[in-house]
Amino acid sequence: MFIINCPYCGERDQQEFKAGGEAHIERPKQPTELSDDEWAEYLFMRKNIKGVQFERWNHAHGCRKWFNMVRDTSNDEIKLIYKMGEKPPVE
Amino acid sequence: MKNKYSVFSLIKNAFSYHENWEKAWKDATPKKEYDVVIVGGGGHGLATAYYLAKKHNMKNIAVVEKGWIGGGNTGRNTTIIRSNYLWDASAGLYDHALKIWEGLSQELNYNVMFSQRGVMNLAHNLQDVRDLKRRTHANRLNGIDAVYLNTDEVKKFCPIINTSPDIRYPVLGGTLQRRAGTARHDAVAWGYARGADEMGVDIIQNCEVKGIKRNGDSVEGIETTKGFIKTKKIGVVAAGHSSVIANMAGLRLPLESKPLQALVSEPVKPIIDTVVMSNAVHAYVSQSDKGELVIGAGTDDYVSYSQKGSHQIVEGTLNAILELYPIFSRMRMLRQWGGIVDICPDASPILSKTAIKGLYFNCGWGTGGFKATPGSGDLFAHTIANDEPHKLNAAFNLNRFVSGDLVDEHGAAAVAH
Repeated sequence: MFIINCPYCGERDQQEFKAGGEAHIERPKQPTELSDDEWAEYLFMRKNIKGVQFERWNHAHGCRKWFNMVRDTSNDEIKLIYKMGEKPPVE
Repeated sequence: MKNKYSVFSLIKNAFSYHENWEKAWKDATPKKEYDVVIVGGGGHGLATAYYLAKKHNMKNIAVVEKGWIGGGNTGRNTTIIRSNYLWDASAGLYDHALKIWEGLSQELNYNVMFSQRGVMNLAHNLQDVRDLKRRTHANRLNGIDAVYLNTDEVKKFCPIINTSPDIRYPVLGGTLQRRAGTARHDAVAWGYARGADEMGVDIIQNCEVKGIKRNGDSVEGIETTKGFIKTKKIGVVAAGHSSVIANMAGLRLPLESKPLQALVSEPVKPIIDTVVMSNAVHAYVSQSDKGELVIGAGTDDYVSYSQKGSHQIVEGTLNAILELYPIFSRMRMLRQWGGIVDICPDASPILSKTAIKGLYFNCGWGTGGFKATPGSGDLFAHTIANDEPHKLNAAFNLNRFVSGDLVDEHGAAAVAH
């Protein structure tokens, strides 16, 4: 369990939040032109990194807004939180 | 040839105060080259090596394990074994395993303490009742024993369950698979290790894989903390760390690794002689031979390799346990731990070849891999030896995420995922 600093509400307990998985997976611009392999890649394949990973989170029991998080999945340490639409930081 | 474990060997060794027992497996140092290297020395990995040697006549096999064998999820699960899955493909896979379990102690000459004490799944609302009845029918069509019980029959089978209609999620019925049950998880790893070692498999502990060497579309070997090992075939059975190994080979898998928690209570006298699972409220409980209540909680929703989990997950599970079993209200919990489980989008495993020649993956068992250990090893050994899946694991290929032919057990099978 950890404390998450919601960019809209401030520090709150993790149980108010819902994890939304890997961040910056772009929805296909031309869905009709995608091959089955590309669909599989978009829908199912994940980096699932052990280490620093970019994720989406939702403050489900709070402001209900989505935001991005950079987190080390090997020890659950949160490195950075930034709003949707903002450019991801370069490592 | 190893000495056979029997009552006579027990008496014989008693004379030397049990100080001269032969080692169950030797601590091997890696050779330069193997025909097959299995990455991961848990139950599934050791079983794979065992069946490769036993059924496919392969001689030059190694199992590399970054810690000690059976120290990962094999030693962290809640030891439940059952095969009452909804879909035909899953029923075939899990019942194949259950059939091997039934003779495993004899086959390995190692007591895995397999106990067919039955597994009961509870229904708490009308949709649960419909789902469980449907699953009972599906099971029976697949030759798997299953019966549907009404509330009174549930109470009769496990009298400590609170079947009062006044509780938040009343018990409306349940299913029972009598052939299901539990086994001693460590013994499974140790028994397979002993059996594999006897047939010449090298079990290399404290040997972490650091890289996979590829030559174009095929594998050439693995880079480990104990040096480079040359091999043409690599079987990865790394559970929560499957994606990490896949990354080394430049592959991506449809997996997310999440913490799954379990806990045990202080030991008490026998009080529950079966396994009771309830999906709707996410609580399941059994009692170990030591007398501890073994309780499984759920997964967290975020990716983590930390082997920790959130407190509210345990809290939610215990709330449900106490509502269903008021008798446990003053029990103290002794230990709590987490394991990292690799979850597929369809909650079914992957036992498959990959686009890279000589690289095989056995992963995605998610929250319920222990029950499949012998079957998984057997089928994965077949896949590696023949470079083709067995008909029982053909549906569990990696390509199903491209074709869309998923084996969707997530909501369908009333399984604790």
